[in-house]
Amino acid sequence: MKKTGKLGEVVHLRLYVAGQTPRSLAAISNLKAICDKHFAEKYEVEVIDLLKNPTLAKDHQILAIPTLVRKLPIPVRKIIGDLSDTERVLIGLDIRQPGAKAVQAT
Amino acid sequence: MATRAKLHPTQIAALEKAPTGIKGLDDITEGGLPRARTTIVCGGPGCGKTMLGIEFLVRGAIEFDEPGVLIAFEESSEDIAKNVSSLGFDLKDLVARKKLLLDYVPLDPSEIHETGDYNLEGLFLRLQTAVESVGAKRIVLDTLEALFSTFSNQAILRAEFRRLFTWLNDQGLTSVVTAERGETTLTREGLEEYVSDCLILLDHRMQEQISSRRLRIVKYRGTKHGADEYPFLIDEQGISILPLTSIQLQHKVSSERVSSGVPAMDEMLDGKGYFRGSTILISGTAGSGKTTLSASFAAATCERGERCLYIGMEESGDQLARNMRSVNIDLERWIKKGLLSHEAWRPTQFGLEMHLLRIHKLVDKLKPQSIVIDPITNLIGGPNSREVESMLMRLMDFLKGAHITTMMVSLTEGGQSLETTRIGVSSLADTWVLLRDIELNAERNRCMYILKSRGMAHSNQLREFILTDKGIELVPAYIASAGVLTGSSRVAQEAREKAEALDRELGMRRRQEEMTRKRLVLQAQMEALKAELAAEEQAMEENSREYETRRLQGETVRKKMAKSRRA
Repeated sequence: MKKTGKLGEVVHLRLYVAGQTPRSLAAISNLKAICDKHFAEKYEVEVIDLLKNPTLAKDHQILAIPTLVRKLPIPVRKIIGDLSDTERVLIGLDIRQPGAKAVQAT
Repeated sequence: MATRAKLHPTQIAALEKAPTGIKGLDDITEGGLPRARTTIVCGGPGCGKTMLGIEFLVRGAIEFDEPGVLIAFEESSEDIAKNVSSLGFDLKDLVARKKLLLDYVPLDPSEIHETGDYNLEGLFLRLQTAVESVGAKRIVLDTLEALFSTFSNQAILRAEFRRLFTWLNDQGLTSVVTAERGETTLTREGLEEYVSDCLILLDHRMQEQISSRRLRIVKYRGTKHGADEYPFLIDEQGISILPLTSIQLQHKVSSERVSSGVPAMDEMLDGKGYFRGSTILISGTAGSGKTTLSASFAAATCERGERCLYIGMEESGDQLARNMRSVNIDLERWIKKGLLSHEAWRPTQFGLEMHLLRIHKLVDKLKPQSIVIDPITNLIGGPNSREVESMLMRLMDFLKGAHITTMMVSLTEGGQSLETTRIGVSSLADTWVLLRDIELNAERNRCMYILKSRGMAHSNQLREFILTDKGIELVPAYIASAGVLTGSSRVAQEAREKAEALDRELGMRRRQEEMTRKRLVLQAQMEALKAELAAEEQAMEENSREYETRRLQGETVRKKMAKSRRA
């Protein structure tokens, strides 16, 4: 899924899951929904299944599952949980919503 | 085995232990940490928990061929792991040989936002990878509590911990988890709720500016364990726990005797000397000769070809050797031969446990047959004399059990009654030699007597203790009407006696000479009388000869006359 982003920046997201657990599946679908609805920017999403590639957990020191990592723009942000709380996800990702009040990048 | 009731599997597992290889810990735990179970090591910052965990892993890999994994959540753990190399462990080699894996998991809570339900499967997967990569049997998590500051959902965390410990046990891993000490609970976050197999508490306190470390096994399910607080230290060999053996008074004793180094003293000790493996206390005021006596004992040990450990807390080895040379005790010779080891350190350098632990370690390393501690009085730092007594008792117990003849030197302060020792050690000693100064005629001389010596008939006589350039001399003290005479008074008295004896002898000789003279005179008289007698007898004989001649002549004349008459 790609869309053009603000300032031409691409948002790289990586979602770490572990197998096809209900929580992991929920996270994937929640993420899809959030991306579709709220993102004005261009974004890129990878889903990594740690059960298949456990060593990849070291890249971002993943302990909690599911974890969503915003790789770009820096700084790296981590959001853990099944992403059911949309508000918090957006705050965590610090993504500007179209038409919403500008959220100051920290 | 067939008649034994079948034990529940968890019961059997609980009794198996994983040896740690950490000095003293395996003694206290009677075998090590519970195998395939989790042990919590908790304590304040800097108390040594990470050190203990790492040493557990490293020794497990080197000494017991059990590979291990360290999961470090804090940078400090990684640093400590690197520092372990200074203990002489080659971590790089262990890692290369896949005996050890150090996995540093940095945590940064500021990065993380929580948005719903999650679990710590990522952690589990990481652990699994690590464990599988080396085939680990041991694992250390340092410190799990770091996760509490990273993830704020307590409910999830606690549930995951429960799951984690079960998982570790199921994997058959002997685990050590470090935790911070709590105010009201043992661990700050109450981890002990989930892990109840074994909990070790470490403490690091300051007592009168000297640091003191203690270890206590708060609980250890399913086994006997030492329940006291054990002092320990961390040095260049890692952690050493003072193995406080329970004092059971069940040592086997020897009837062998060892010389004190002073033949006259051996005489006083039933003619044979001290019992091997016994404890001898030498007490006295300053300058009474205690060190000299202990140095002779040390030299005597070496002369027998045995090793002696001399622990000096007042003088350096060089100073001692020099001073002893002046009384003809050559300590350097034995040091060169390796039979005498002199260790010196200041009593104020360490806390009491450190002293005792050092002594333990030295005894373990050098395996001496006798030991001198000169003096023990300095071990008493502050007001904790009961603790000191208890420690000393344990030390003496340990030495007795090892059949090491122990000589302790104790300084009695001037003004105190000589027969009290400050810490009641005298009742623990088998032989007690008291050195005392006697003042008479503005002079002080050293004296010595044996206050007690268990198991032998010892002399109760006071001896004058003289240090000469030929060695120690013990002279029976002179008891005159003036009291005990020592030193120059004794010498004076001896001189007087010698003079008297000389006088008597001269007198005898004079009388003998007179006798001889008289005899000569009488003999001369006798000779004279004899001569007179002889002369008289000769005269007599001449007379009778003359008479005989005359008679014969007369006869001849008569015969002639008769003849002429007949005709």
